[in-house]
Amino acid sequence: HVGSKLDDGVGYDLSASTFSPDGRVFQVEYAMKAVENSSTAIGIRCKDGVVFGVEKLILSKLYEQGSNKRIFNVDRHVGMAVAGLLADARSLSEVAREEASNFRSNYGHNIPLKYLSERVAMYVHAYTLYSAVRPFGCSFILGSYDQDDGPQLYMVDPSGISFGYWGCAIGKAKQAAKTEIEKLQMKDMTCRELVKEVAKIIYIVHDEVKDKAFELELSWVGEVTNGKHELVPKDIRVEAEKYAKVCTTTTSLLHGISVTWVQNNSTFKVFFPHFMVTN
Amino acid sequence: MVGVEDLVHFRYYVSSKTINKLIQVHDRIFCCIAGSLADAQAVTKAAKFQISFHSIQMESPPLVKAAASVLKELCYNNKEELQAGFITAGWDRKKGPQVYTVALGGMLLSQPFTIGGSGSTYIYGYADAKYKPDMSKEECLQFATNALALAMGRDNVSGGVAHLVVITEEGVEHIVIPGDKLPKFHDE
Repeated sequence: HVGSKLDDGVGYDLSASTFSPDGRVFQVEYAMKAVENSSTAIGIRCKDGVVFGVEKLILSKLYEQGSNKRIFNVDRHVGMAVAGLLADARSLSEVAREEASNFRSNYGHNIPLKYLSERVAMYVHAYTLYSAVRPFGCSFILGSYDQDDGPQLYMVDPSGISFGYWGCAIGKAKQAAKTEIEKLQMKDMTCRELVKEVAKIIYIVHDEVKDKAFELELSWVGEVTNGKHELVPKDIRVEAEKYAKVCTTTTSLLHGISVTWVQNNSTFKVFFPHFMVTN
Repeated sequence: MVGVEDLVHFRYYVSSKTINKLIQVHDRIFCCIAGSLADAQAVTKAAKFQISFHSIQMESPPLVKAAASVLKELCYNNKEELQAGFITAGWDRKKGPQVYTVALGGMLLSQPFTIGGSGSTYIYGYADAKYKPDMSKEECLQFATNALALAMGRDNVSGGVAHLVVITEEGVEHIVIPGDKLPKFHDE
């Protein structure tokens, strides 16, 4: 883009307090690029809860399993899945926790998610105004379940905007994930059904070639957990991953089959080419 | 439904018999004040502002619990300086009609009904005996009026006129019962 440091060096992109001639704040856009370099996280809202799924790439076999979690608990009833710079996300999760805690202290009840996401979005936005600081390089999805308001899902991006969603995706494969999410009839699904679909979507969008090993982080909050946000129990997660693996290999199977049929006196013969199935 | 009398005294001198002890902190939430009225007025003024701001931020009417919590925070955090107790009562969409007591030190308690103030000591027996859950509006009015009349009859620093407010989803109704129209009991 014209005006960025890559172009002619006369940068409008050196600080967040500068607009470019075509009305963009490059620093905020660069922050969003940082999110796009990170692996995918999705959140989907169904009729009785919210489910999060994160594709956590394992960069080294030496890492302890389960370290560097990308799903946080903000309050008992609120969960947060992040994509982008993990350290930035951690600091924002502390901000969100403090907001939720102060609200409960002052007003005696659970913080409504719409209000929480607006407050954290305002905080994120504040860091896009000054040259002394850089914007946060992470997007995050907030989800909650409340007896009266039902399930809620909000997403906040580095520019400080928050939107409510039925389903959203952030990270490198967000477009592919969004396509898959749009196929779902989430308003009619329960959490138990949705967990399997979320696992399946993460497996589908995972790029086996570029990124090898990954760990699937799954969490949910809804009627099934009595309004408490928690990681999906091991047995349900294992079942969901099994379903996801079956679906993804079936899909690749279908892509591999080419069907030829021969009409011979009104009988059809179908030929399948030989191929190897490796897991 | 909330009810108060309207007498305030300074030691043995009755400074007013027409003071308002029922403060409206939001459209469907009222506060009965007791104790040092100066303290109570200052606290409800601050609470009214905070609740109004909170309601605008939330884009919906405040929960009665939230209003009571705001009062509680003010009472608890300033307990050394203040000497005021409150009864917060009202209606909200989530839980319907509710009653909360905020005691002197800042304790917050949700109750089906409650009594407070100096005159309340004389009517604990009456209230405990005569209260029953799910009363109609008329039964409730009778219960509150009788309770106020009995308290005002025995407590030397309670008196004047009885003010009642009925809060429902539809709106708020004020009822004023002057001293001579209050029910009389066998001692009078």
